[in-house]
Amino acid sequence: MDIEAKVKQIVMDKLGVEEAQIVPAANFIEDLRADSLDTVELVMAFEDEFGLTIPDEDQDRLRTVGQAIDYLKEKLG
Amino acid sequence: MHDFSDKIVLITGAARGIGKAIAERFAQANATVLILDLNREAIDHTVSELQGAGHQAFGYEANVTDARAIEELFTAVVKEHGKIDVLINNAGITRDNLMLRMKEEDWDLVLNINLKGAFICTQKVFKHMMKARVGSIINISSVIGLMGNAGQANYAASKGGMIAFTKSCAKEFAGRNIRVNAVAPGFIETEMTATLSDEIRAEYAKVIPLNKMGSPQDVAKLCMFLASDESEYITGQTIAVDGGLTMQ
Repeated sequence: MDIEAKVKQIVMDKLGVEEAQIVPAANFIEDLRADSLDTVELVMAFEDEFGLTIPDEDQDRLRTVGQAIDYLKEKLG
Repeated sequence: MHDFSDKIVLITGAARGIGKAIAERFAQANATVLILDLNREAIDHTVSELQGAGHQAFGYEANVTDARAIEELFTAVVKEHGKIDVLINNAGITRDNLMLRMKEEDWDLVLNINLKGAFICTQKVFKHMMKARVGSIINISSVIGLMGNAGQANYAASKGGMIAFTKSCAKEFAGRNIRVNAVAPGFIETEMTATLSDEIRAEYAKVIPLNKMGSPQDVAKLCMFLASDESEYITGQTIAVDGGLTMQ
């Protein structure tokens, strides 16, 4: 599975949203109704899935689905 | 008694005193009890006692103020036992002295073990409970945290801090179905109070409406209630087990 598909799967699992809602521009908090704890959980799930550490100061760079995918591609690239 | 079969209950400072009584009671209710303490000898003694009685008990030597060690330990525990259902932050010490004589290191030590230790264990367990979407955390505070005590400014601050900490965590974790409550024991018969003279005991009893000191089992019974589904709608509370001493 590629990064994009894995990210979508994690977002679906963690936030309980439909696949159709998970578009690149979707903001986790505003569009997908994540609360602050959900966003921390998402980051932790990305860390587990992709085997990397996402520092606290980078968390602002993962506000949307697209940003998260780009960030992970950059880190894993 | 509640049945805690298949439940994993981790108790800090559980090799002796109130923590040990809590461990015994959960073990008797069929829980798998994880005993965390600093003292290897005391751990082995308590664990073999429980195992000898046919209970599921495991001991771990660890310092609650060592964040990295606690994180590694909890990860290993979850790997071994699959989960942690209940955390009881019980580890605590006293270093009593009047304010004018209290050393800075006595302040730091008590705050570190009693309050920061609870912070570290709670933070590290939450990660695992959050994924499970269920859990109960119980902080063993003290009536001293409610009413203060001359000669115990450091202990009172740590135990009062635990109550405020309990409320904040309860609010933060509620959305994940994780409840956080505090227990405030009053005068309890333990090794610590066993050395008191009959005279002092009688003095204590005078101010307690139920007219006697409590037993560690009294505290354990409340912990069991707060860990069970019987208390599923209770979070962020501090409940005193004190014979009525601090009733409001």
